[in-house]
Amino acid sequence: MNAATPAAARRDALPERYQSYRHVWVFVELERGTVHPVSFELLGEGRKLADALGVELAGVVLGPQSTATADAVAAAFHYGADRVYLGEHPALANYRNEPFTRALAEFVETYQPEILLLGATTLGRDLAGAVATTLKTGLTADCTELAIDGERSMAATRPTFGGSLLCTIHTRGVRPQMATVRPRVMAMPEPDPSRTGSVVRHELRIAETDIITKVLDFVPDVRTDDVNLAYADVVVAGGMGLRAAENFGLVRELAAVLGGDWGCSRPVVQKGWLPAERQIGQTGKTIRPRLYIAAGIKGAIQHRVGVEGADLIVAINTDPAAPIFDFAHLGVVADALEVLPALTDAVRRRLGVPAPTG
Amino acid sequence: MDAVYDQEPDPNEGAARGLNLVVCIKQVPDSAQIRVHPVTNTIMRQGVPTIINPYDLFALEEAMRLRDQYGGEVTVLSMGPPMAEEALRRALGLGADKAVLITDRRFAGADTLATSYALAAALTKLGSERPIDVVFTGKQTIDGDTAQVGPGIARRLGLEQLTYVAAIDMLDRATGEIVVRRRAEGGLQVLSSRLPCLVTVLEGVNEVRRGSIDDMLRAARAEITTWSAADAGVEDLQKCGLRGSPTVVKRVFAPTPREESAEMVAVDHKRPKQIADAVLDLIFAHQPKLEAQLEAATRREVSR
Repeated sequence: MNAATPAAARRDALPERYQSYRHVWVFVELERGTVHPVSFELLGEGRKLADALGVELAGVVLGPQSTATADAVAAAFHYGADRVYLGEHPALANYRNEPFTRALAEFVETYQPEILLLGATTLGRDLAGAVATTLKTGLTADCTELAIDGERSMAATRPTFGGSLLCTIHTRGVRPQMATVRPRVMAMPEPDPSRTGSVVRHELRIAETDIITKVLDFVPDVRTDDVNLAYADVVVAGGMGLRAAENFGLVRELAAVLGGDWGCSRPVVQKGWLPAERQIGQTGKTIRPRLYIAAGIKGAIQHRVGVEGADLIVAINTDPAAPIFDFAHLGVVADALEVLPALTDAVRRRLGVPAPTG
Repeated sequence: MDAVYDQEPDPNEGAARGLNLVVCIKQVPDSAQIRVHPVTNTIMRQGVPTIINPYDLFALEEAMRLRDQYGGEVTVLSMGPPMAEEALRRALGLGADKAVLITDRRFAGADTLATSYALAAALTKLGSERPIDVVFTGKQTIDGDTAQVGPGIARRLGLEQLTYVAAIDMLDRATGEIVVRRRAEGGLQVLSSRLPCLVTVLEGVNEVRRGSIDDMLRAARAEITTWSAADAGVEDLQKCGLRGSPTVVKRVFAPTPREESAEMVAVDHKRPKQIADAVLDLIFAHQPKLEAQLEAATRREVSR
């Protein structure tokens, strides 16, 4: 099949106009005055890509002229950016697709990065899809690994087929190469408060009157049942091996004595036993706790990619052939319904926590 | 009642007066039943049933609710192989009014950029008869999980892009204003926007109806409009399918097991208490800092 090779090579070749595209960019997600931590995680990852390519790492900050915006610029440097492209405009005060898409696409067209990374948050996904379409470039969602191959091409690995396999995707013939990464998938780098860099201010000509969509209000979530899975130090989760929704009390109790949070696997949510906000895995929350206890969870790939960042994974499952034992550090072949309450009790005894009364 | 329209009796009453709503749906393999061949690492598709992407059902229901409230019609649109007709027929059975399938071998292998190109062409054609008010999509598909096709369509057609919509609070047909609640980090954004727009619907925000017997009978007999790329008004075939896709999959693989296999805790004939103690010993042996942290937390708790 040699005949196919030159044609494929021609198709893959980067047209002249994109060959000068250089540097790695991270979109710094500033919403309601706060930078989303995923942006710092991406700066850490972007730093590695930039070093591999021998280029600069830049952050893109879009927001109103404010101290929060200035703080985001400083933070981008602390987390590894060499340069920040800054767009300040009153229309960028609250996230809306139109002004942010226009601004980011204009930045890209003006300064021409070869790679652009965004967090796979609701904001990041809303923006990335629109910007990639505007630029007619490739966008790979929810990457779990990013690397550079021999030809300056970004190899973006992500789960595929509902999380049953992984695939590596490249962008051919166009730049920038865009990717989104979910929060907590990449490690949080250590900030260096002494680091600084250069700021490129770009004047945006946006007229508020041209923007149709207006933000009328923001209704904060009522946090009666605070879910802090993504950033918890200890996470306990249950799967179908717990056999019934009511048995999740055992998961909650162990999480409580360990001072952690709790969750479940995807089938549990699909069964309607627990709400989606408790789901751990590729389409749910990605976690990076010090300790993760998976009880009665089989360990499908889509679950694995959501928990692999945990320092210690303990799996409890009756099936010794369950895939979870392929990536757990500690394995217990036993019934989670028996081991969970025994573990809760063991922790209480060890730490001297009195058993609850009443 | 809409005074503006009151004076114009029209043979096509309901449809011509009401909203023109299009829901983009995708036929996907039922992921719960996908198996990977243990040796070749390929997806074993044989015998895997297909379903309408579950997220799309919330979009369909939301569109039908608008139709039921304001009048008009709901068209379901899908790009896929000829067998995707089944998914469209099922959507008709749930209560959609019309169905259009765009199918062409040249659409095969499309990534999200090429998919939004083909769908945008079909939507332009659908809208040429009567302007579309709202294009709906699900929040994402369960096979691709990208959430990129909706924004792609919005951008290509110049529609207002309203993603992750949890509720449509208001729609004023006279002014074209629409107010939605959109899921954002830590809360809901209340947005005012204008038709025509693209809405991607968050999961679980409505209860998807079961089709009536009438709808099911109608669906079984219904003619599903099938368009090739040319029929759909696709102008540039270079932008379709594999050719029009800037992203290429270079490798598909199963993750390798961790190099060191899991340390298994001996369980034979042991009581849960003994197993639990052994597990806890090992946890704290691996994570001594965690034990110190928990002890400190407990002391604080007890001394309070």
